[in-house]
Amino acid sequence: MPNELQEVKFYQTGTFTVGNRLLEENERAVQANMRRTNSLNSGHRACQGCGEALGARYAIDAAMRATDNKIVAVNATGCLEVFSTPYPESSWQIPWIHSLFGNAAAVASGVAAALRVTGRTSTRVVAQGGDGGTTDIGFGCLSGMFERNDDVLYICYDNEAYMNTGVQRSSATPPTARTATTMAVGKEPGNVFGTGKNVPLIAMAHFIPYVATASVANLRDLEFKVTKAMSIHGARYVHIHVPCPLGWGSAPADTIKLARLAVETGLFPLFEAEHGEITGSTKIRRKVPVEDYLRLQKRFAHLFGAKPDEARLARVQANADRNIAKFGLMD
Amino acid sequence: MNKPYAISLYPGSSLANKTGSWRTSRPMYLDRLPPCNHACPAGENIQGWLYPAESGDYETAWRLLTADNPFPAIMGRVCYHPCEGACNRGKLDESVGINSVERFLGDEAIRRDWKFARPAFESGKHVLVVGAGPSGLSAAYHLRRLGHRVKVIEAGPLPGGMMRFGIPKYRLPRDILDAEVKRLVDMGVVLEMNRKVSNILETVQVGQFDAAFLAVGAHIAKRAYIPAGEAAHMLDAVAVLRGMEGQDKPMLGRRVVVYGGGNTALDVARTAKRMGASEAIIVYRRNREKMPAHDFEVEEALQEGVLIKWLSTIKNMADEGTLTVEKMQLDDKGFPQPTGEFETLEADSLVLALGQDVDLSLLDGVPGLTLKDGTVEVGPNMMTGYAGIFAGGDMVPSERTVTVAVGHGKKAARHIDAWLRGKSYDPPPKHEIAEFDKLNTWYYADAPKTVRPMLELARRTSTFDEVVSGLTETNALFEARRCLSCGNCFECDNCYGVCPDNAVIKLGPGKRFEFNFDYCKGCGICVSECPCGAIKMVPETI
Repeated sequence: MPNELQEVKFYQTGTFTVGNRLLEENERAVQANMRRTNSLNSGHRACQGCGEALGARYAIDAAMRATDNKIVAVNATGCLEVFSTPYPESSWQIPWIHSLFGNAAAVASGVAAALRVTGRTSTRVVAQGGDGGTTDIGFGCLSGMFERNDDVLYICYDNEAYMNTGVQRSSATPPTARTATTMAVGKEPGNVFGTGKNVPLIAMAHFIPYVATASVANLRDLEFKVTKAMSIHGARYVHIHVPCPLGWGSAPADTIKLARLAVETGLFPLFEAEHGEITGSTKIRRKVPVEDYLRLQKRFAHLFGAKPDEARLARVQANADRNIAKFGLMD
Repeated sequence: MNKPYAISLYPGSSLANKTGSWRTSRPMYLDRLPPCNHACPAGENIQGWLYPAESGDYETAWRLLTADNPFPAIMGRVCYHPCEGACNRGKLDESVGINSVERFLGDEAIRRDWKFARPAFESGKHVLVVGAGPSGLSAAYHLRRLGHRVKVIEAGPLPGGMMRFGIPKYRLPRDILDAEVKRLVDMGVVLEMNRKVSNILETVQVGQFDAAFLAVGAHIAKRAYIPAGEAAHMLDAVAVLRGMEGQDKPMLGRRVVVYGGGNTALDVARTAKRMGASEAIIVYRRNREKMPAHDFEVEEALQEGVLIKWLSTIKNMADEGTLTVEKMQLDDKGFPQPTGEFETLEADSLVLALGQDVDLSLLDGVPGLTLKDGTVEVGPNMMTGYAGIFAGGDMVPSERTVTVAVGHGKKAARHIDAWLRGKSYDPPPKHEIAEFDKLNTWYYADAPKTVRPMLELARRTSTFDEVVSGLTETNALFEARRCLSCGNCFECDNCYGVCPDNAVIKLGPGKRFEFNFDYCKGCGICVSECPCGAIKMVPETI
């Protein structure tokens, strides 16, 4: 009689939750650790349910563990800088420097050079900024840092618009989203389809050693990618999707849920690339239609009036389906 | 602050900014009542004992389980597990195989010879229990745990009641029953067999008992008037099943007809098959949807070749072994009505399985009792109308299952204990139920239920070997880990991880978490992302 019906190990929640008492200590997430760095400490002034504050702590704590607590962070202007360091307070518990909106990548290149010439090579450099500071204003400096292959990990926290100045469109704003500069009026309500750019793919076009996308909805994936990035020298780029309750018009409690839906619809594909080639993607667990994601956000409310805007919903769905095919998000 | 502007700021100095003042509602940790616990007639803390089982700490699990129910190995075989019907995981993939894990723990305890501790102190009180069935033994166990001397008086030759004389061996092997009863004797419960209590007040007085719990069960078969020839072989189900325990097995013949639609009818038909009957036919007056027997038992019986004639009643039985059966039809209200169509069935014997009545003769002359439909009415504290006399199990109005009986025993023991101390027992208020919509099931991995191996059919119908086997340790561990821990923190660290404000303090293994309300902004992400629904938002008071 067959007694061993199932040989699989099953840990109740596997690695989907932050921690798991049934896993060995060293198999748990950095964020499960009672002695995690809390690089971005309490008392910061981010809105309730801020995805960026969460993403920044996830990423920098992981980078701290990966480098034995030896990093310098350079910060572009943006929400992250504004809410973390209003004079005279700072929420950062790591060496941290801010200069301008557009020059974070250049400052980071300089810090890396300074460390190199002074022989302090074990200290690593992380630059970080929002999508505005990365995909628009700091884009030239970023591209320069990439093409010189400077030893910097650049992290972009993508909340898809200029949030701290009042939700203006950036080149990372998704199609048809309403912002202060793309109002939901006229023939083409919200952000125009066919505009914007995909910076992870542009980073890959520089053939830098490592490019990855990550999401606050998938902590283990995010920590893995940051840790991997810190194990590599040269220019690296990690692009993290961080929902913004204020700019997206969503409930603060739904921040992680939205990030998860963005991944599960296929709208925000999670993938890794090395030297310009995609090396892997994180599979969708339970595919959902884009409508489930869009409906929870007021910036897409114009798609769901008395009569849903089927045509635009179909175009957004087509974008999601294209991502699923392009990045191999489903088996 | 005498720092020059935009030069440098102290690390982590934002702690001076108490962002907790932004909050309009606050998260609160709570324990909700898991649906399995809520559904358990024996009041087991199922989620509670699955928790240590998940990490392989089976003894702790067993001790937690047996704090409510002394018979896990029996339960794991005969309980109809309403817990699994209520299990939230059933809405996700399949319900957790709670019953099979319970059985694994019970069998593990027998294998490793785990024993119950004797009570830490003796109360000096002496309680009489009448009847050594599941209810009486459960009461005896719980009373003993509470420090009372307990004597169980049983009319039959062996303890177990319907667990021995009603449930066939292929469902409950007797060595399992004996092992779990022996544990009670080892902790000081005194059993006296072969003595029928005929007058309860006299027995209490002579034995100088301080209280009594009656659980004599329902052993008298209900009869239906069926005209029959003198040589017709008609028996009742209780006698057949009881007879299986003795030396002289009942003679059923090759063609056996069982009349009734409860689990007992199925037990008899399946027993007949094992006794060598070529045909075992159940005649039932309604249809399968209306049948009181449990679906899985019907399924197992059909697999074993038991035939069921639905919508039929038996009109008479002639000498030569011919039954006349009338076809029935359900009316609008679902009641069977005769159609006037008849057919005949060949039968060597007819077994009536139409339910059982209680022998209430021991209560003759007890004042203040209320009897209803052949059972004794008891109050919410399980006490009869006569002070100090409590009753439970099949002799009080209730669903007649082993698990309900065990639950009665526990409940009665708590009230008897309070009554003996001149107090009343007030059960703690129940937590709100952890409904499915309180969970965030995203975090649980998909995992099918581990089905217990079944004895192959040929052996099942010819022997009394146990039909359903237990789980191996690997499978039991797997099954326990399928528990969603509904409504009760299982320390997954999600709240600690997902807080954008580091406002959740992790207190360490086994100590759970607390909120740092100096910084909690009340965003509610922790509530949304808690897998098991152990946090809720409450409005902030001004």
